[in-house]
Amino acid sequence: MTDSFVLSIEKLCKQVPSTDADDATPLTILQDISCNIRRSDTVAIIGPSGSGKSTLLGLMAGLDNASSGKIWIEGVDLFALSEDERARLRGAKLGFVFQSFQLLPNLTALENVMLPLEIGGRKDAQEVAASVLARVGLQKRLRHYPRQLSGGEQQRVAIARAFAPSPSLLLADEPTGNLDQHTGENVIELLFELHREQGATLILVTHDDNLAQRCQRRLELINGMLQSTG
Amino acid sequence: MNHLYFSLRMLRRDIRAGELRVLLMALVVAVASVTSVGFFTDRIQQALRLQANELLAADLVVTADHPIPEGYLAQARRAKLQSVMLFQFRTMVFAGNHNSLAEIKVAGNGYPLRGKVKITDAPLMLDREVQAVPAPGTLWVEEDLLRRLELNVGATLEVGARRFVIAHIITYEPDRSGGFFSIAPRILMHSDDLPGTGLIQEGSRVHYQLLVAGTPEQVRRFQDVIGTKLQRGERIIDVTDSRQEVKEALNRSNQFLGLAALVSVMLAGVAVAMASRRHVSRHLDNCAIMRCVGARQADITRVYTYEMLWLGLIAVLTGCVVGYLAHAVLIELLAVLFVTKLPAATLWPVVYGLFTGMVSLLGFAVPPLLHLQNVPTLRVLRRELGMLRAPTLSVYGIAIVCMVLLLLVQARDLRLGLFVLGGLVATIALLVGMALLMVRLLRNFTNGAGAAWRFGVANVARRARGSVIQVLAFGVGIMALMLLTLVRSELLVGWQQRLPPDTPNRFIINMQKDQLAGMQQFFSRQNLAVPQTYPMVRGRLTAINDQAVSADNYEDARTKRLVEREFNLSWAEDLQADNKLVAGKWWHKSARYDAQFSIEEDIAGHMGVKVGDTLTYDIAGETLRAHVTSVRKVQWDSFKANFFVLVPPGILDAYPASYITSFYLPDVNLPMLAQLVRQFPNFTVVDISAIMDKIRMIVQRVTDAVEYVFLFTLAAGVMVLYAAIQASHDERVKESAIIRTLGAGRRQLISGLVAEFFLIGMLAGVIAALAASLISFVVADRVLQIPFTFNPWIWLWGLLGGGVGVGLAGFLGTRGILNRPPLQTLRKAEM
Repeated sequence: MTDSFVLSIEKLCKQVPSTDADDATPLTILQDISCNIRRSDTVAIIGPSGSGKSTLLGLMAGLDNASSGKIWIEGVDLFALSEDERARLRGAKLGFVFQSFQLLPNLTALENVMLPLEIGGRKDAQEVAASVLARVGLQKRLRHYPRQLSGGEQQRVAIARAFAPSPSLLLADEPTGNLDQHTGENVIELLFELHREQGATLILVTHDDNLAQRCQRRLELINGMLQSTG
Repeated sequence: MNHLYFSLRMLRRDIRAGELRVLLMALVVAVASVTSVGFFTDRIQQALRLQANELLAADLVVTADHPIPEGYLAQARRAKLQSVMLFQFRTMVFAGNHNSLAEIKVAGNGYPLRGKVKITDAPLMLDREVQAVPAPGTLWVEEDLLRRLELNVGATLEVGARRFVIAHIITYEPDRSGGFFSIAPRILMHSDDLPGTGLIQEGSRVHYQLLVAGTPEQVRRFQDVIGTKLQRGERIIDVTDSRQEVKEALNRSNQFLGLAALVSVMLAGVAVAMASRRHVSRHLDNCAIMRCVGARQADITRVYTYEMLWLGLIAVLTGCVVGYLAHAVLIELLAVLFVTKLPAATLWPVVYGLFTGMVSLLGFAVPPLLHLQNVPTLRVLRRELGMLRAPTLSVYGIAIVCMVLLLLVQARDLRLGLFVLGGLVATIALLVGMALLMVRLLRNFTNGAGAAWRFGVANVARRARGSVIQVLAFGVGIMALMLLTLVRSELLVGWQQRLPPDTPNRFIINMQKDQLAGMQQFFSRQNLAVPQTYPMVRGRLTAINDQAVSADNYEDARTKRLVEREFNLSWAEDLQADNKLVAGKWWHKSARYDAQFSIEEDIAGHMGVKVGDTLTYDIAGETLRAHVTSVRKVQWDSFKANFFVLVPPGILDAYPASYITSFYLPDVNLPMLAQLVRQFPNFTVVDISAIMDKIRMIVQRVTDAVEYVFLFTLAAGVMVLYAAIQASHDERVKESAIIRTLGAGRRQLISGLVAEFFLIGMLAGVIAALAASLISFVVADRVLQIPFTFNPWIWLWGLLGGGVGVGLAGFLGTRGILNRPPLQTLRKAEM
């Protein structure tokens, strides 16, 4: 493992208890995954439904615990950290964009973007949030609530929220899954632009071949196993 | 992160989003209800404390139901104390054709020894303090008397055999401020004028007082000497004693108003719990996202707890302001019964409000909040994780313990507190059981009904837990409303109507034997029925079964007083129609001169006397000893003359007696009273209807005050209604979207919703009618002692009013969901 790897995965396995009463064998979601991802890379995780893409992404963010194996983020062993330490690591180094946006409905666009900055104790939360929102073209939507925004606009707020604390690693779970093609393309364009500007590593889960093609690397998952790396 | 600052921002955002409105309002209602009562009692207590040294108009008072022994006055003079004698009694006063009962205080020069009297020259003019009594030949009277008799200052008033000039209006007597209300307007007279009025005769009911004042040492020495000489019927009162009585009355009213206020706090607690549960369930995603962007468990717990504390602070302050404004009404309703002028309130009610508010908030709102720290971060990817579990009793254990504590603190008496608590638990258990049963039974009522009705019934039954809470909350609210309107007027009317129109409305007391023939002729001349007269001989009970009787033998304050005071004994040949024997036998006509007693049931119970016991009376220095041969139940409100103790005719002939009578006097014959009293100046005519009016006024004021406090209960009930509607709102939104997707029209949906709330309202109405009937039964049977009449209207009103009212409120509260496109809702639910 060298410093040039922002993320390293070693023999990662994820099993969940079976819900089948007759067969108590645990269900394997991910099996023996290992890979290294370099700083500033763009990586697409692809594969059919149920292949474990989102589970892998969740594990990379430390949102869940692995059954075995390890993940390092910038040299820090993710699973050696307590839940709270992981939360702090996420706040400092990770950004997350969800398929379903996950904006807080009772906060304005500006307040949603301010949230991670406020949690991180940034005094300039409001200025930073406003400038990132301006960067994603929503300078006129600062005081709007999520329900007053279109799907594309909501996802742009989510992207602004993910980029606002300047993370070194950005994880996106099917970021265009809930958007029409045209809007989806605009959102992807924005993601790549911000990636270029900030130099963050971008890892995204997608079904979209075109999107996968734009990434420098592709990791294909089939039945929980990493099939190929490109 | 700065938790305090962040939580404040979060609170601002949540309030702006309307999330915490119910929580906030429920807390405001809870705090306002307890502080309104708190401010009221606090100010009266302040007044009592400030006036403590004035309450007696002296440092020490010796009271007696007979003239104060000369020796006491001599002792006071020897001890170099200032002293003055007071006589207080009631009598009729006259001005032309008008007359009124009045309470007369006769005082000598020097009164008041402590404090000042306040007088004025015309109604509504500013009063001034004086330390004096009226000059001989003049009176100072209360403004109420001038109004009743249509007089002005300077007019002439007849009191007994004398005429007086009204010199001033009296607005304040120091020794009256703590002395509750009076049944008649008051008059202050100089003691030199008393003999000329001819009002005090053998057997007259007069309250005698010797007031003394001096240095604490002098007063203490006097108290030590007199204390050993006290005879039956004599009592020493010092400042603490006199405050004690008012304090007890005040404590009682505080207890009951406070307990009524606590009902609102408990209901508000339910609203707080429901609202905070909804708040939490809506914040599950927020917490997961906050964790996802770097917040720790402790951050979440702290931020949400601080948010609640900020909210509590705002609610408590608002509640205190509302409570302060609301207490003015209580003052208006009740303060006249206690004191006249009130000092400003202290901050204690605010402290109590803060305590109540925070206990309700932390007890009911925080348990679900604690769940938030356990929301798994993975919820951002899988929404089914970290859902809020159904609340359990143990979660609200702290709240329940806190409520019990509040209840005990408010009751200020462990027994009363536990009694109320037991009653409350039993009532809640009964009502919950009934509500649950009704909700279950509902399932059987779907056959043959339309789809909307079926949908509504199914909803009520499916959300059984929520339905039961709603039914109960509405039930209590509707019950409060019923008590405020239907039941109350019905009870008061029932109480008044049971008196026949010719019920005696006047008593004459203090009649002497040689005046009876003259009085009877007077009535005949006026073409009025000659009323029956009853003799009264004053005697004091000295022994029961030859054991000396002392007030110390009894716990109960009323029995102590009964034992200490002189009784009116009377004789009768036959049992009066309004008396009923409950034990023993009535004496035979031949029993004349055969000494025996018939005693009234209530007093016999208090003193522990039964048939066969021996009673010994001291009557004017002689002893009368005899067995009790019967116990009678007396219908006191027949307003005929009645006596605690009767003997057969002949026994009391040798003793000095005065006579009493009661009769009905139509208003047109009122002028004859003036002639009667002119002819017999020592007669005291008591206007029962005026006293009844006064009592009715007091009953009315007290019920008004209790009902006023129940208004907060109603408000808290509305909060529960609102919280309950909100609690099921998200679920309803989703359901209606699905149903609409499946082809249901707007009308069908509305009918279903209305049917559901209508049903809940009807069930609540039944519960309310049941509870209101129970309460009115208890009030009728135990308090007013009138036969309870079943009122079918309550049930009809409960069913229809509850159904229509709650149906409408529910519809208004949920119609918003109908205006939302189903797709939007479903997409939102997916998110």
